[in-house]
Amino acid sequence: MRICVTGISGRLGRRVAQMLRRKHEVVGIDQRASPGLPANIVHHQVDIRRRPAEDILRNGKFDAVVHLGTIHNFRIPSEKLYARNVIGTETLLRYVSKYKIKKLVLLSSGDVYGPMPTNSHFISEDAPLMASQRFPEVRTLVAVDRAVQSFFWRHVDIETVILRPAHIVGPHVRNAPSNYFRLRIVPKIMGFDPIVQLIAEDDLLRYIEASIEPGVRGVFNLASTDPVPLSRILKALGKPTLPVPYPLFRGFLERAWKYRLTSFPAPELDHIRFNAVLDTARARDELKTLPERSLYEILEPFRAETIEE
Amino acid sequence: MDWTTVAGKVLGFANRASEQIGEIISSPELEARLDRIPTRLSDYGVDAFGFDPQYVKRVIGLGAWVYRHYHRCESFGIENIPDGRCLLVSNHSGQLPMDGAMIAMSMFLEREPPRFCRSAIERFVPETPFVSTFMARVGQFLGTPENAKRLLEAEESLLVFPEGVRGLNKVWSERYRLQQFGTGFMRLAIEANAPIVPVAVIGAEEQSPSIFASRTLGKLFGVPALPITPTLVPFPAPTRYRIYFGKPMVFSGDPNDEDDVIRHKVDTLRSAMQSMIDEGLKAREHVFW
Repeated sequence: MRICVTGISGRLGRRVAQMLRRKHEVVGIDQRASPGLPANIVHHQVDIRRRPAEDILRNGKFDAVVHLGTIHNFRIPSEKLYARNVIGTETLLRYVSKYKIKKLVLLSSGDVYGPMPTNSHFISEDAPLMASQRFPEVRTLVAVDRAVQSFFWRHVDIETVILRPAHIVGPHVRNAPSNYFRLRIVPKIMGFDPIVQLIAEDDLLRYIEASIEPGVRGVFNLASTDPVPLSRILKALGKPTLPVPYPLFRGFLERAWKYRLTSFPAPELDHIRFNAVLDTARARDELKTLPERSLYEILEPFRAETIEE
Repeated sequence: MDWTTVAGKVLGFANRASEQIGEIISSPELEARLDRIPTRLSDYGVDAFGFDPQYVKRVIGLGAWVYRHYHRCESFGIENIPDGRCLLVSNHSGQLPMDGAMIAMSMFLEREPPRFCRSAIERFVPETPFVSTFMARVGQFLGTPENAKRLLEAEESLLVFPEGVRGLNKVWSERYRLQQFGTGFMRLAIEANAPIVPVAVIGAEEQSPSIFASRTLGKLFGVPALPITPTLVPFPAPTRYRIYFGKPMVFSGDPNDEDDVIRHKVDTLRSAMQSMIDEGLKAREHVFW
């Protein structure tokens, strides 16, 4: 198959391209430079919203588009986030339908549901996307997910897949959950021990590959592990923890964020405060792959002893 | 009475007290029972909703002490609780939800084989530090219909109080009169095809009588009404509890039927429960004995 990958220059984008090129022809679109990609991967350094991108999709004869090109960095001004995420995705959707590409895979996130104190314990794919209620900065990511959902309903002839993974963790991943496990002393919120789920980066790659298969369509929650209390994870990491009362923790993070002393936005504290358990039954039944990483394998690179060695 | 008898009595009391304290801290009997309850644990020792039997081992001694020695509970008809999924529906009273804990302890201590029952917590609990974790580890769940349905489908037994806070906070003059019932639990039971076990708790009503419930003061604390009790802050008096488990009732029909139809089924159950309460009150000779 010929596959177009947006956001190929990111850490995950590169790994997705490496994996797909074994069986498929891969063409990347990213406005960032992407040195060191293998020779058989073509990379076009263009902005998806600009003219050259349309030519690539018109003439590319693609069988599938894998859309990884959304940005999650909340330091970026909101107008820019909106343009890159929402306008960028809508442009891409227009090309996919105009040039009759059979398959579209969006990497969204389990975070779009939002960790809410009033959530039912298990969140299924039909649950409302509440994330921007408590954390307005994620609204563009929710909007992207919604835009692709409505695309799914409007274009029954195109196989649209939305992947909503739990917290992605891996030795090369630089997102909030992975960075949280990297801390030498891990702070937690006093009196809270939420049930969480993780997904190994490897398992996510497997799921992306499985979702490209013809016949797969719809929204899928993804996770590697059974739901597990955060305290068990911290115990397995073998690092000292520091319980902090929530108001103090939040106040500290808000100030630290303002003065650019931390990469953790304060509203993300809800992830270590409230349960957010994805119901992954649909992925188990409909995708032709199963997660292979256990919790202990996922945590191995972050354990205190591993780091000392 | 000479000093030796007095000393003997004091020693005897201290001995009994220390035995009881020992039982609260650790009891092989309770731990053995706990190992026999049906659970669905993951590799990490908790179930998907966060219920943790190892955590329960640390606190169940206190629950058993309150059940046996403080409220001196008696249970009747415990054999009416089926295996597999079921919905226990009980009256609610006493300002503090001791009745829920005592029903759960009764199922754990008196039934063969022992069972654990899970009840719904209020919506403010997940935001409350320590309480949220405690409630999850002892198997309680946030009361959304979807959570309840999932637990029933996992063959768990659930305890619900259809009166809700209306029952818990009712004043002395309303004692042992069932308040208005919600209908959600009935729709749930029909949809999940779960038998309903009616439960009547006698004795909780007198543990902390409320003469008057202040709505104004309640607003101040963010609760529907603040009860004014003899102890000012509600504290349960050691009344004797009698817990009656009725025969399971099976309701059928369309779970999404109109309110009137569901309400009719709820009223059937409610009047059955009211007559259980009335009979229990008639049989009782004293509040404390």
